[in-house]
Order: sequence, then C-alpha cells, then structure tokens
Amino acid sequence: MVSGGDKFRLVVLGAGPGGYPAAFHAAERGLEVTLVDTRAQPGGVCLYEGCIPSKAFLHVAKLIREARHASDWGVTFGDPTIDVDALRDWKDGVVRKMTNGLGLLRRQHSVQYQQGYGRIRDAGQLNIESNAEVLPIDFDALIVATGSTPSVPRSLQLESDRVMDSTDALELKDIPRSLLVVGGGYIGLELGTVYAELGTEVTVVEALPEILSGVERDLVRILERSLRSRLKATHVNTSVSSLEEVEGGIAAVIVDQDGAERTEVYERVLVATGRRPNSAGLGLERTQAQIDDRGFIVTDQQRRTAEPSIFAIGDVAGEPMLAHKATAEASVAVEAIVGEPSAFRPLAVPAVIFTDPEIAWCGLTQSDASALDIEATTVSFPWAALGRATASGRNDGLTRLVIEEGSDRVLGMQVVGPGAGELIGEGVLAVELGARASDLAESIHAHPTLNESIMEAAQVFFGHSPHYLTRRR
Amino acid sequence: MTTTASNAGLALLPDLGEDIEEADVIQIYVGVGELIALEQAIIEIETEKATIDLPSSVAGNVTEIHVRAGDTIRPGDPVLSVDVDAGSGSNSASNSAAVAPATPTPNRAAPPQLTPAAEADSGQMMPLSPDPPLPSAEEDHPAPILHVPAAAPSPLLESDLESRPVFASPSVRRFAREIGVEIRSVRGSGPGGRIDQGDIKRHSRETPIQAPSLGHTALLPGPLPDFSEFGAVERVPMSRLRRTIKRNMAVSWHEVPHVTLFHTADVTELEQVRRDYRGRAEQAGGRLTITAILLKITAAALKAHPHVNSSLDAENNELVLKRYVNLGVAVDTPRGLVVPVIRDVDEKNIIQISVELTDISERARSGDLGLQDFRGSSFTVTNLGGMGTGHFTPIIHHPNTAILGLGRAERRPIWSDALDNWEPRSILPLSFTFDHRVMDGADGARFMTWIADVIRQPLVLALGS
Repeated sequence: MVSGGDKFRLVVLGAGPGGYPAAFHAAERGLEVTLVDTRAQPGGVCLYEGCIPSKAFLHVAKLIREARHASDWGVTFGDPTIDVDALRDWKDGVVRKMTNGLGLLRRQHSVQYQQGYGRIRDAGQLNIESNAEVLPIDFDALIVATGSTPSVPRSLQLESDRVMDSTDALELKDIPRSLLVVGGGYIGLELGTVYAELGTEVTVVEALPEILSGVERDLVRILERSLRSRLKATHVNTSVSSLEEVEGGIAAVIVDQDGAERTEVYERVLVATGRRPNSAGLGLERTQAQIDDRGFIVTDQQRRTAEPSIFAIGDVAGEPMLAHKATAEASVAVEAIVGEPSAFRPLAVPAVIFTDPEIAWCGLTQSDASALDIEATTVSFPWAALGRATASGRNDGLTRLVIEEGSDRVLGMQVVGPGAGELIGEGVLAVELGARASDLAESIHAHPTLNESIMEAAQVFFGHSPHYLTRRR
Repeated sequence: MTTTASNAGLALLPDLGEDIEEADVIQIYVGVGELIALEQAIIEIETEKATIDLPSSVAGNVTEIHVRAGDTIRPGDPVLSVDVDAGSGSNSASNSAAVAPATPTPNRAAPPQLTPAAEADSGQMMPLSPDPPLPSAEEDHPAPILHVPAAAPSPLLESDLESRPVFASPSVRRFAREIGVEIRSVRGSGPGGRIDQGDIKRHSRETPIQAPSLGHTALLPGPLPDFSEFGAVERVPMSRLRRTIKRNMAVSWHEVPHVTLFHTADVTELEQVRRDYRGRAEQAGGRLTITAILLKITAAALKAHPHVNSSLDAENNELVLKRYVNLGVAVDTPRGLVVPVIRDVDEKNIIQISVELTDISERARSGDLGLQDFRGSSFTVTNLGGMGTGHFTPIIHHPNTAILGLGRAERRPIWSDALDNWEPRSILPLSFTFDHRVMDGADGARFMTWIADVIRQPLVLALGS
C-alpha cells in the first residue's frame, strides 16, 4: 500500500500531452505526483502513435512531392526508392528520442512513474494494475487524462492485418498497392496522403456530403484541388457497409448515395472514422463524476468533475480532441488544485490539418460570429499575390481574418496553404491579445515571408493592401 | 473678450483622470490683472474624489476669469485667460503651451496637488476610495477614457453571451479572475474598447462588491464535508423567515461598506425620567422602556441629521432623504429576527411611542403582524441589552443607510468634577453602524455625540424642539 506523506498527493492517469504536463507542472508546484500510464515512457498517443510519428511521415511525403515537382523548376530527380524498414526506423527513432526525453524530464521533475492501468476505487484511492500485480495508491487529487482511441464501427471490425486504424497505419508494415481510407476527416486525409506519396493508390470514402466536415468549405476546396492529383478517388455521400478478407486483400462493399452497392478489393483498408474518449472501465462509476452520452467526462471550467477530488483533461474531457488543448487544460487543472482561480476560457484554440496544403484556423469564423450576433467582416488575402508563396512554387493558399465591426478587433483567422500551421500562431496571439486590424496592418512583417499575408489581409480590411486590389470601404 | 490670438493664453480645466467628468469650483485664488506663474495654483476645485488646487498651464497677466465659485465645470472648459506677453518667460513657448488643452501633469506621480481631505475645514472631504489592495506595479494610464456604447440588446441566450469573446488578453483575464472581477461587466478603455489591467482595477474600485464571480467561486471551499464522519449530525431545514434573513443579511453585507462606531451615553438622568413617568405609560397601556425613550431621541437626531435618515440610489448617484421618520425596531421572536416599523416617530410623544412599541413587540412575538407592519422603515434601532450584550456591530437593514444598536446599561464609577469625587452613573453602550458610501466617520460621530448629549440631559431635547 502506497500512502501519502505530509505532501498533497496527486495522481495523474495517462501520460499523454495532457497528463505529463500536468504531472510536471504539479511537481513544480510542490505536489507529490505519481504519473500512471500503460506505456514504458510518457508521451501517450501524441508521441507514440499520433501527432509526432504522423508528422515524421508527412515530412517525408512532402520531400517526395517536392522532388517530383522540381522538374517544373528545372531540376529532375529520379523516382524515389523507398526502404520501408529504414523509413519506419527513422520514425521510430523520432518517437524514441522524444519519449526518452520525456522520461528524463519526468525524473528531473521527481515525478513517480507507475506503468500500468489505473482503476479508480473511490474518491481517494485507485489501483494500478500491471500484469498480475495490483498496487493501491491514495490520492488527494486525481487528474484523468486517459485520452481517446480510434473508434471503428462494428460493421468494419474485422480480425485482419489488412484492416488498420490510425495506430496500425503509422506502423507502416508495408506500402500497399492500394488503400481504401474510410473517413474523410483529418486523420484519414493526413495518413491517406502519406501513403499516396509513398506510391499507394489511395481511395477515400466519406459518408457525409463533404470531406473535412465542419471546416469552412472554401478552405477545403483549395485542398481538394491538390488532393485530386494525388488520390485515386474521393467519394462523398458514400459509405462502406462491410469488409471481408479475400485472396490478396479486403473486399469492401461500398454504398453510394443512391444506395447502390459495389464491391471493390483493396490491399489494405484504413478505418479513420473518428476517436472515442477512454472513459469506460476507469472506475469513475464508483465516484460522483459524470460521463455524458458521448463518453466524455463532464467537467467545469476548471476541469473538475462532480467528484471534487477528480479532474479530467484532454480528449477524455471533451472536444476538440487536440493535444495542445489538453496541455492548456493541464495547467488549469493543476492551478485549480493548488487553489488558484484558474479557468479554461481560451478565445482561440488553434486547429491544424496537416495535409498539403495545410489548413489552420483559430477563433471565430464569419458564421460563428453571426451565430453570436456579432457584426463581423471577413477579409482575405490570396497567396497568388504573395511573393514568397509564388517563389516556392506553392501559391495555393489563402489567409483570412474575421474582424469585428466597430471595434476592429480580430476575432478569428483561417489559413490554407503550405505552412499554414506555422502561421496560425500569429492569429492566436492576435485573437487572445485582442489585437485590432490596425495592429496587424501596422506591425511590420518581414519580406518575403508567408506571414506577410496576415499583415496584408489586415490591410485589405482598410482597403489599401499594396498587393491586392479590393473595393472594401 | 480681451484676448487676442497673438498674445493670449487660456487655462483650461484639464482631464482629471479617474473618469472624473466634472468638478465644482470652490474658490478663486487669483484676480484680474494679477501676474501668475506656470504651475501656480489658480482655483480650488472639488471633484468626487478630492479637493484639488488647480495649477496654471499658462503664465502671464490674468485678463479674464471665466469661472465663479460654485460653478460646475468640465474638462476642457476655460478657466481663465492671460496675456502671456506680460509673463517673464519666453513668449512663444508660453503662448503655445497656454493654448494647448494639455493635461498639466501627465506624470501621474505628481498629480495636481491633492489637498488631503483631513485638512478641509469640516473633515468631510476624505478621499472616498482608497486604492484597492493590489500588488505594486500601478499601471495608471493618462489617456482619456473612451466610452464605448454598450452592445445593442439582442435576443441571445445567456450561454451565447458567455461564449462571446472577451476583449482582453489572457494576462488581463487572469488578473480579473484573481481579484474576483467578472470581466464581462468591465468596460474597456483601450482602443476599440479593449479591456486592460487598469480597467479591471478601476472597475474593482468603483464597484467594491462583486457578484460572486468565477474567481470567488474557485476560492470558495468545495461542498461541505461529510460531517457524519466525525460524529452524529442532524439537518434542520431553514424556515422561510430564516431564509429571508439569510438573503437580506448577505445582500446588505455584500452591498454596503459598513462602519460601526462604539459610543457610550450616560443614562442616569434618563433612568430617573423613566421611573418618574412609568406610571403614566402604564395607564395608557404601554411600558416605558429605555428603548421607547431612545426611539424618540433618535427621531429627533434624524431630523437634525437628515442624511442619516436616507437611502442611497447608487445607480443615479442620488441620496434619497426621507422627510418622514419611520423607525424599524428589531424584535427577537421565537421564529427569528423581525423588524416591524413604528411610523412618524418624530410626531409622537414618548407615551404614544411606548404604547405602540409594546403593542408591536407583542404582536411580533405572537406572529400577529401583517406585511404592512414591516414596510417603509427609514432607520433601524436594535436592542440587545436585555440579553446582557455591550457593544456589537449591527448590520444595516438595507435600504436604510444606518442602524443604532443599544447594549446593556451598566453602573460605573464616573468622575464628577462637580462633586470632586467618583459617582455611580448608568452608562449605555451605543453601537452605530452606517453606510460609508453615504456618510463618513465624522458624520457618524457627530450623530452619536448629538444623541449622547441628549440622553445625558433629556431637557436638551425639550429645549431643542
């Protein structure tokens, strides 16, 4: 039985981008912290089978794509030869470097680490189960940061090596000749394009009328133009009703919008239909904490559940399921635990889709503003007018600002284009600091860079961007 | 007008900061024809915060004075004109300085000389609002304050309004949480209406009591512990009356800055009067008590100090002075505290008052009072002396602005100059709580002294009225 000494004892369940920052932050605040995770090192899905390994592959995909494009610019490379094992090793190396780094940081923060599965017994105790051992541990506060798991519809669950979820796809067992991606969300598109650049014929099916549902249409359209040449096909209003293992692949029954069925055979299938929160089986039912009908743990602004000693952060505590949201919530929860009046009330949580081109946004869109009865104007600066984008051979982009009428404050920003994910940070800062259009328009941005487009979009608001003629005002 | 463009200077009332929109002219220090220097005090003005000696922004010979004592003036209004050529300084320099409507001392470390209020003759000019207890880094901003019209009313749900983005940076939002200010109620003074840290501080100063905000909630202890862990407990529902008291007391405590003064009064003579006239009261059906007599004295005191008999209309910045004296009398009943009202006490004699007090107290204890009996009090008297209490700190019966608490009179040795010896006297502890927004310590002390003098020499009352 491990039991607390004099210090306030915090247990953090889950060592992903919510859990490990919470543990480190709490340790800095003088709490006695135990971090519990099933993996050998902290990092969670983000480092092991999410953000980081997918970006390692996306980096390679971009390299291949640019090498192919180089012939337009007068430099021709031969077709790439891909050593799958070496590529996988490189990705694994990236993951290892990052997770080992976290392990070191964890020791430097004097955070106890228990590998195992945490099961809550009551509002002050949980068991850590590993192999056959059960270690009971007391806590004064508990932060549940158990994340989420790919959710696969029952009809698509098939015991086959060829049917993958995102975790399996990042294993990169091989480069299949053909791949069916079920789900046109950001995970399906990011991984689909990786495989496409590696040489796989990729088909995407999406049950809804649009890919990237929920993202502004005109931004998606710019991406779609680029995807068209790289994916074999994208079918919307289309679903997969069943999968069956056949000789040399998986037979998928594909149902189009008229209900017509056809069967197609793919070497591999990636099911990327979403993720569900890991809230079941934790023992929360033995506390007052509540779980909503989508499986998210219900919390207040401080991420405290209905059980005062238990907090929940990250994917398990609600949308958006984004690593950086989890990290921000970690600080809020720890500060609440040490008695500070913290609150998770961001004005801008950035979202980035790491396709090529990338799509990134933060704050309010024009329609968000309308829904809140805020009078707003949207101004855009197309990258066709941006020197750096054109000089890089990639002017398929757009930078857009949503600006409140009257106050001129920046309410939101959306960017599509290569590197959009890097540009959005300025938008987040603008929204959070309450920058006005003139603040962006009059802050000198280096030339020639992509972030000039932010300044110029703000100048469009005043009707005098040097590189883009508009008739506003 | 004697001023001309080439050699005239104009001293204007500068922006006084702190949201001050107007000032009253108390006195003029200079006369026409007088040679004045830059920064020389020219007039005394009174603002909501303090009295200020206004330094001149120009130097030269005064040609015209545009204000008179008693005028109310606003920033930008002309105060006086001077012939700058008459000044000793450089013409061009003082001329241009003179016409600029500049804030004389943008450096807030050296503001226009604030006359410490205590120096004012009456002692009533104490600066109203001390700075809130904030960490150092005072970030005052001399820029004029822009008022942004409030957003048009909309049919949005509260949750929608909640999700509207706050126009303030994360560090400012955190600061607001930390000092317990609901940032959505703060008006931003920055460009476009942006809220900065100074706005939060100003809001905190101007609305001293916040509705419980997130910050407070966060600092409140969580739900009650499970007391049964420590021993047997019983849960008793609060009666409707108890719940009313709970709410009213909390409202008053949160809303009103309370100050309580402890005072004593020599009731020896009054006791004698009471014994002498007890019989007459009994014949009329009442009990002549110290409370009954003090109600009469209090009514007279309120007539003499009308601002104590008032309510504050904070929204309109007006004091509502009551021409009537209806005294609420706190009565302890088996069900809890009730405050029935005796009307027009100033127009009744002590015998009438004692009869009415006896009646109303009995009906309060038997639960036989109607809603009408509780309405319209303008001041409250509460007596805990019967239970042996001395001084205490009564809570104001909102929307009254003051309450008088009576303790138990005690025989004490008091030095008598007349007898040149110690003399046993009955001393009554008085506890007077007032709303500091409405009156100041000195006001309260004067009110108490007035009452104590009358109590000591009841004849004063008869003579005075």
